[in-house]
Amino acid sequence: MMAGRPPWTAAELLATVGARQFRDHTTVFAGVGVPLLAVALAQRRHAPHLTVVLEGGIVGPRPRPGRLPTSTNEMRAAYGAVMLPAITDTFLLAQRGFLDCGCIGGAQIDRHGNVNSSVIGADHRRPEVRLPGTGGANDIASLCRELVVLTVHERRRFVPRVDFVTSPGWLDGGDRRARAGLRFGGVTKVVTTLGVFDFDPASRRMRVQALHPGVTLDAVRAATGFEVMAPARIDTTPPPTAEELEVLRALDPDRRQLA
Amino acid sequence: MSPRGADFVAARRRLEAKPKSAGEKLTTLEAAAARVEDGAVVAVGGCLYSRTPIALVREILRLRRTGLTLVRSLTCTEGELLMAAGAVDRVVTAWMSIGLPWGVSRILREHVESGRVAFEEWSHLGLGLRLRAGAMGVPFLPTLTMVGSDLAWIDGLREVADPYTGERVAAVPALFPDVALLHVHRADRSGNCQIDGYPHMDADLALAASTVLVTAEEIVADDVVRRRPDRTVIPGFAVDALVHVPFGAFPHECYGLYEADFEHFQEYADATRARGTAAVHDYLERYVHAPASFAACLDLFGTDRLERQRRLAQELTG
Repeated sequence: MMAGRPPWTAAELLATVGARQFRDHTTVFAGVGVPLLAVALAQRRHAPHLTVVLEGGIVGPRPRPGRLPTSTNEMRAAYGAVMLPAITDTFLLAQRGFLDCGCIGGAQIDRHGNVNSSVIGADHRRPEVRLPGTGGANDIASLCRELVVLTVHERRRFVPRVDFVTSPGWLDGGDRRARAGLRFGGVTKVVTTLGVFDFDPASRRMRVQALHPGVTLDAVRAATGFEVMAPARIDTTPPPTAEELEVLRALDPDRRQLA
Repeated sequence: MSPRGADFVAARRRLEAKPKSAGEKLTTLEAAAARVEDGAVVAVGGCLYSRTPIALVREILRLRRTGLTLVRSLTCTEGELLMAAGAVDRVVTAWMSIGLPWGVSRILREHVESGRVAFEEWSHLGLGLRLRAGAMGVPFLPTLTMVGSDLAWIDGLREVADPYTGERVAAVPALFPDVALLHVHRADRSGNCQIDGYPHMDADLALAASTVLVTAEEIVADDVVRRRPDRTVIPGFAVDALVHVPFGAFPHECYGLYEADFEHFQEYADATRARGTAAVHDYLERYVHAPASFAACLDLFGTDRLERQRRLAQELTG
């Protein structure tokens, strides 16, 4: 191991710290990739009664070690499921209010937690980059009671204002989300490779809650394209423990997703 | 958005005009696919690489149809083939890529960034409710999703006032596809269809569309269906054409029967990353146009490969 490099990958850090955001006896709508790893870890450690919901139409799966799905709608994703509703009915569970939390990744995120996975560029019809699209991310961000975003912390991702609001956070801040007609939900946490961020209750601007060990506020500012609020008290995240990493790595022994 | 797509009265008249028969639906892939006309709005069942009606899509590509609108919840390789073949002008979907490990689709980027193909992006629930409204025969459905996002703006999402309380909510317009393409696990000859595993949006597609074309892994005697009528998800009178096609979703997966061929996806993704649309044209020649039948196309994969994907599925769901 090279000196100075932590003994975990970015994916492992995000999955470990992400997992701690979920509570037992709740429901979470997870996207594929690191979000699914985070909820699977949470289930195996502190939240055995956490129900995971996936957008392919899957309730209550228990991912099988070594056979992690690469989409949210395939046999690997349905392993151990208790119910397989139609896709529309799965999302209607969130609309009704059954989903306590959503967990998604983010291509581009801004100071109010809006996420863009649609287009880079000013004209959506002739974009500079056409990204894959919303999938269920807009629905998860619009309908779940809380939202946790897991993402690598880089200046090119953390922009003052996303080019396109695919998944609404707090829109333009303040009470704009409610005034736009989104009565429920809202982004509550952004877990990154530098720390954990929440949102100031009044302005709804992104705010440092905790920094990972060894990470400075200057490092965060250098990696963020907008001014992130910094309260007087900033916690330090407990680093991934050997036990957390062991459970996580048992899920992906070939390290197809953790590397 | 096509006005024809949202007109629920015209959609009902179109449905009334077709036979609601419990008679024989079995036919050939060629005869089924021939019912897809140029310019049609074609809704493809399954989701991403799950239970995609690949054999039917292949047949439509062989017919060299043009001007199509592709409707799919999450769009995968079939969308790339249809784009590269010049078959589609518009895609109505929530997401398009082969899958997360293969990154952003170069084919999607080439065709949409150039303006050759219009990409009409709806949230997954938004699109699902459009098709649900179609299946219900109503002009729209109220929803709480998509509100406040730029998706609402580009799609022209409108609001309605609750007629009882005056509260304002969003309304998604119904979508009535011309054609639905579906792949199911089993059907009897009248077209009563049963699906194992996740249903995705197939039942809504079958009721919303004017013409319903189905491929089935297995054709069963009608008393097999009648013994377990609780398992039927599409009634025969909704189905216009039925074809027996084992491995009809391959190289995508069919729940419980065969896993998706991820090695094949990797080969395809490597080729398209390197050479873009030219690689897809080669792929179309090799897998769509050169083999005279879908069985001949499956021979390119070989029985060992098909068996391996079948075993992997049984390990996961058995």
